Amino acid sequence: MLKLRTAEYDALRSHGEETYPFECCGVLVGRFTGEDRAVEEVVHCGNTRSDRPQDRYHIDPKELIAAQRQATSKGLEIVGFYHSHPDHPARWSQTDLAEAHWLGCSYVITSVQAGRAQDTNSFVLLGDTEDNKHLETEEIRVSNLVEDRTICR
Amino acid sequence: MSLKVSIPTPLRRYTDGAGVIEVAGDSVGSALQSLTDQFPPLKQHLYTDQGRLRSFVNVYVNDDDIRYLQRTETAVKPGDLISIVPSIAGGSA
Repeated sequence: MLKLRTAEYDALRSHGEETYPFECCGVLVGRFTGEDRAVEEVVHCGNTRSDRPQDRYHIDPKELIAAQRQATSKGLEIVGFYHSHPDHPARWSQTDLAEAHWLGCSYVITSVQAGRAQDTNSFVLLGDTEDNKHLETEEIRVSNLVEDRTICR
Repeated sequence: MSLKVSIPTPLRRYTDGAGVIEVAGDSVGSALQSLTDQFPPLKQHLYTDQGRLRSFVNVYVNDDDIRYLQRTETAVKPGDLISIVPSIAGGSA
């Protein structure tokens, strides 16, 4: 399961609207809690694929190093990544799987249709090696929203 | 001052959870050899069967990509930080 607060959930979705019709991308920083990943921060990154940003993304490794250093300084870890699919469903592509290498991390995809964020799905990269890795759908729990509603009742 | 290697999240399962490992060596190649000597299961995740660094494994010395230096022959010294960073990419098509 991937756990986010409303602010972080909204941040990764709105990033896809900001970069539409191009793909956005970023890093999810937080903690591993048992089988779950709890997001504390969403780090927006640039998409270096200027050759075809409408259907490809790539994060500069320097941005990953910076995100990792910042996470470590706060006692956190990189727990996943996110990107958008402009005018395309929020499901992983063969490219997404082939280019996924962070085993045990979450890969979040938001479908952005005509500039508006629609479905957001998360997939955890499971397996032990490049040969048997696979993406599996996981639940997204947006905690603040649920808690706030409970409190209001 | 020691030479250190930063381990990315997915590979920490092979370093007993450690995010930074002290290594020995005077080049990136010898430092990574020191790393995999300490944690042999890491080797298959960093290298192909032919012994080449996997294409998606980025290696930086401090802030510099070794592809733009002397690759695994790049010299390192105590105080340097070698970062292993698997690439992040993909796309809808």
